[in-house]
Amino acid sequence: MARQSLAARAAQSHPHLLQVFWYRYRRNRLGVFGLAIVVLLLLMGVLAPWLAPHDPYATSRDRFLPPLSPGHLLGTDHLGRDVLSGIIWGSRVSLLVGFLAAATAMVIGIAVGAISGYYGGAVDAVLMRITELFQVIPRFVLALLVVAFFGSGLGKLILVIGVLSWPQIARLVRGQYLSHKALPYVDGARVLGMGSGRIMFSEILPNVTAPIIVTASLDIAQAILLEASLGFFGLGDPNVPSWGGMLNNAQDYLRLAWWMSVFPGAAIALAVLGFNLVGDAVNEATNPRLREG
Amino acid sequence: MTGQTMDQRLADANKRGSTPAVPGSEPPLIAAENVRKYYPWGRTFFGAQGQVRAVDGVSLELWPGETYALVGESGCGKSTTGRMILGLEAPTAGTIRYRGTPLSELRGDAWTTFRRRVQVVFQDSYASLNPRKTIGQSLINALVFSRAVTDRKQARERAGELLADVGLTPPEAFLDRYPHELSGGQRQRIGIARALATNPELIVADEPVSALDISVRAQILELLQRLQEERRVTYLFISHDLAVVRAISHRIGVMYLGRLVEAGPAEQVFENPSHPYTEALIRATPVPNPREARRRERTILEGDVPSPVNPPSGCPFHPRCPMAEPRCQSTAPPWIPVGDRHYAACHLVADRNAGPGVGPNPGHAKPAR
Repeated sequence: MARQSLAARAAQSHPHLLQVFWYRYRRNRLGVFGLAIVVLLLLMGVLAPWLAPHDPYATSRDRFLPPLSPGHLLGTDHLGRDVLSGIIWGSRVSLLVGFLAAATAMVIGIAVGAISGYYGGAVDAVLMRITELFQVIPRFVLALLVVAFFGSGLGKLILVIGVLSWPQIARLVRGQYLSHKALPYVDGARVLGMGSGRIMFSEILPNVTAPIIVTASLDIAQAILLEASLGFFGLGDPNVPSWGGMLNNAQDYLRLAWWMSVFPGAAIALAVLGFNLVGDAVNEATNPRLREG
Repeated sequence: MTGQTMDQRLADANKRGSTPAVPGSEPPLIAAENVRKYYPWGRTFFGAQGQVRAVDGVSLELWPGETYALVGESGCGKSTTGRMILGLEAPTAGTIRYRGTPLSELRGDAWTTFRRRVQVVFQDSYASLNPRKTIGQSLINALVFSRAVTDRKQARERAGELLADVGLTPPEAFLDRYPHELSGGQRQRIGIARALATNPELIVADEPVSALDISVRAQILELLQRLQEERRVTYLFISHDLAVVRAISHRIGVMYLGRLVEAGPAEQVFENPSHPYTEALIRATPVPNPREARRRERTILEGDVPSPVNPPSGCPFHPRCPMAEPRCQSTAPPWIPVGDRHYAACHLVADRNAGPGVGPNPGHAKPAR
């Protein structure tokens, strides 16, 4: 009788791991704040054509209008373009570069890290030396060089930033695989006759996603910053409005029109902060040391 | 169930246990011949400084339907021996044969068959299940991968049957749950169900009950024995717990510092322990009867297990042996028969038995049947 009811109770309540995760994440106020920033940014980017009051390229005679001018909430720049519209449209570039560069870095990093950690030995030694090589290259300088030589299309930017950001992920993933491959569940999979690829990506990978997501969200922030820095030096894609590009334009008018630099700068800071907070909160919510039971 | 001690229950279970193959009547399932596993130790840029001799010349045979227990202290190489038999580690030297073919020569279908027919149950039931997969997913994976079942729908049905086989009912209550939602005993049952999924001949059980409560332990042991009766599975039962080993095994091999020091039928080894190390191990097992415990003389071994990086000369046990003689330091003892299929590697046994049958060095011999 008692056994029956126990089993019945057991059958109905099994919270999904994602539910457990959200329960923990929710309790972190900064994390929720960061998530709100990220979500708002995403909405801004997606809804840019409807949200922006003006065409971000449209010049006008109303140059250097200060913030709170009628029709131009954040003022206008040296060509009379609306700053608010530029920021709204610019979020697209920042987010696109951020996400795609981080995704590129993740694909390379996970592949290299997984193979390195799982196989170990000579494979590991070689892959890790290559990883270190990439790690000691000053990212910004190389990005500058590549863009200066090959031009600055959005795709190239993404690729450059992605290719320069994978080593951290590779090292992290390698460490995770080193510890997981020694666990009995991996031995169990091997005893069943599963192939290495299958064990690496369908058995182990789902168990190491949490730290990867943490690093990925920090990487998105880094990529956004790097893209803005390149834009600031005039090496962004000139054909699309971007926060870095706006800062570049603002350089010459710092004293004349502070709003041209402050608002895009604040947007960059806020975006970076948002992704960092999300990363930290995911880390806290999934850290096994903070886990109960 | 009430009023019976675990020992009684296990003894009863043992009596109705299936009878293993008479040695010689069938070929052995697994034959390990003078198997060694050395790991590099103190590795630097310029190479390793030495080797850890985890397993240093072990020979054993596993017969269909029997339970062979490997016992010894932690670090004696019993788990490494198990891993080599599972094909998870390649021996540094020596061969392991599965039905006569060396594991290193198994290819293609033969390897798949070996994989299917030799399974494992681990001590840590939580770590042995993928924490991100439900019980059902884990079992279905095992069924599909070992090609025991071809389509997924059928697999789910089979998974339910497996759960019922290991005493988890109703199966629907477990299929969609995650390992962390279950108790240690339930998880170990699932570990066993997963091993059974491929319909194995041999299950290497590496300390399968050491992490469990006493009451749960008895249930799991009963389950293992019932499955052996029903399916005639062979167990290589790796354990440091002599009480458990006594209750379930047909044969025992005692390991010390990477070597077998005594091997034979379980009863004989317990009734007539011939190696001083086996004797000390048996004496150290607690007896659940204070009067008898007080009567019993106990040998307390001095010192620690020597490092397997630099094992002692001669008999590996001589630095701690209460009866060591000068020759124990210089020459490794031979493998000496002390009873029916019962052997010990000790110089003193030869004197005690005064028997003529002095075998070769155990490092190079396999125990005759």
